Amino acid sequence: MGLNMIVMVKQVPDTQNITGEAMKPDGTVNRATLPSVFNPEDLNALEEALKIKDTFGGNITAITMGPPMAVSVLRECMYRGADDVILLSDRQFAGADTLATSYALSCAIRKVGGYDLVFCGRQAIDGDTAQVGPQIAEKLGINQLTGITKIVEIDGQTVTVKRSVENGMETLKSDLPVLLTVTGEANEPRPPSAKKVMAYKHVGCAPAGGRDVSDDVSERTCKPMDIIQLWNLVSIGAAPERCGLSGSPTKVKKVQNVVLTTGDARQIPNTDMDIAGLMHELIEDNIIG
Amino acid sequence: MEKNVMVFVEHSEGKIADVSLELICEGTKLARRLNGSVTAAALGHGMADALKEVGQYGCRTVYYTDDPRLAHFTSVPYAKTLVKTIEKHRPHVVLFGATTTGRDVAPRIASALRCGLTADCTDLQIGEHRIKKTHYPDVLLQIRPAFGGNIVATIVSPESRPSMATVREGVMRLQTSKNPMAAEVVSEPCELTDGDFPTRVLEVVREEKCVDLKAAKVIVSAGMGASSPEALKLVRQLAKVLGGVVGSSRPVVDACLLVKDHQVGQTGTTVRPNLYIACGISGQIQHRAGMSDSKRIIAINSDPAAPIFDVAHYGIVGDVREVIPRMIKAYKLRGTI
Repeated sequence: MGLNMIVMVKQVPDTQNITGEAMKPDGTVNRATLPSVFNPEDLNALEEALKIKDTFGGNITAITMGPPMAVSVLRECMYRGADDVILLSDRQFAGADTLATSYALSCAIRKVGGYDLVFCGRQAIDGDTAQVGPQIAEKLGINQLTGITKIVEIDGQTVTVKRSVENGMETLKSDLPVLLTVTGEANEPRPPSAKKVMAYKHVGCAPAGGRDVSDDVSERTCKPMDIIQLWNLVSIGAAPERCGLSGSPTKVKKVQNVVLTTGDARQIPNTDMDIAGLMHELIEDNIIG
Repeated sequence: MEKNVMVFVEHSEGKIADVSLELICEGTKLARRLNGSVTAAALGHGMADALKEVGQYGCRTVYYTDDPRLAHFTSVPYAKTLVKTIEKHRPHVVLFGATTTGRDVAPRIASALRCGLTADCTDLQIGEHRIKKTHYPDVLLQIRPAFGGNIVATIVSPESRPSMATVREGVMRLQTSKNPMAAEVVSEPCELTDGDFPTRVLEVVREEKCVDLKAAKVIVSAGMGASSPEALKLVRQLAKVLGGVVGSSRPVVDACLLVKDHQVGQTGTTVRPNLYIACGISGQIQHRAGMSDSKRIIAINSDPAAPIFDVAHYGIVGDVREVIPRMIKAYKLRGTI
């Protein structure tokens, strides 16, 4: 039946070892100083799209918004089987909160058009908000199914999914088009295909007219291998006032390093006698019975 | 204009979710600072009587949309209806539980209203904010950990009305109000067409949690430093001896050594037991945020620099495989010392 699918992916800072030094004075993150990874649940989202393509055929377009270095996640998508990849990059997108991000991404999705399914990871590990997926769906005026753990069935008109909730599991069916946000439980993402890595590792960007978006990629001339499409604010027809910092209602007022207060923890030596004393104290204080 | 706080009240099988009642309590405090009142917004079918429970927590008004098609949550009709309710009553602040429902519907509403939304706040306050020369009083300060918990950010959306936030269950305290109210359930019209219901609910399977962390008086939690089969067995033994339950840190759940129901912390369950024993848990902020209000905390860790010691009342530097047997032995011999 051949479904047209769009997968939204994000390059995220690896949140394991970040300190306040990685923050800019305006409270946004200086991503350049941090190691970057493919947002884990976006790989699960891509995998669901690839599984559908394996079974029914179809076309997968991967879109990411970010600085030029974010092309690496698009290459990762191509290595696994994405057909078209788009980098949405513009200085005017900088500082976007989830509302401004979803606006820009929804403009890009509209430009791609003709989609049956839009896939997102449930949430990105840098913000853990899980907001951009539903906000894109609202802006596109389509239905959403969030936090899905399994696609049960799909045909040309509908999709049936399982969704994990607090006290159990729901089975939901929606007409297409629909936006799905996928959890890490859904699948084990496939590794890159060695053949595709060889084919695509040197692909570059094809600017999509309009003004230059970055010093790193703007001066390139378009070559046959330049198949990463480079879109910017103008090429997606976005309103500048709804993008980046100016389109973001939320502002970071204050950022604090997590200060580990020196607690007044009483050190209990690891001996039979001291631990017995501690247990005795807890019983005396009616903490344990 | 009066500055009110609206709480989205969600429910399951005729019972209001704890997190919604917790947010009514928090909303009451915020509303006092704003000289406004706390209101509730609910959707469902046949819930009018059950919703009056919010009065016990200080909420006087519930805006309720009743329709058989709204009995079970789905995104589009809930979002559309709540957008209408918010536009009609113009609250200053709207709060949602950071549940699978709240995290689904709140962003959709924020997108439609083009207002600010902050996920998973661990603290909410009312304060002021300044952008250049403009002074904004009575701004919702939305405080949340960010970037893997290495920083705590205060987010504001001063130009946005309403300001919206989600909060995880257990983060705010549940306390019945000193001045309980007789809540009035105000019926709101349902203006939905069949086209507004693109999702069909085919099946709902309920699963009981395998452990009730919120109700436990004693929790013995395992971190990666207590994740060997031998250490986990000791953690279970200690919990059993003390009449408590087993908790865990997130990495232990991610490694599939315990199921998610055991997870304590911001993305798991927030707990306030009488006694919390952290075994081999380093103490990332997400974990500490979910247990630091425990009455007494014992931290056992072989690393003396582990951050968990900063929130503990008692610190024991050592291997859990040595320490736990000593605790069990001491407790069993309690009558004799």
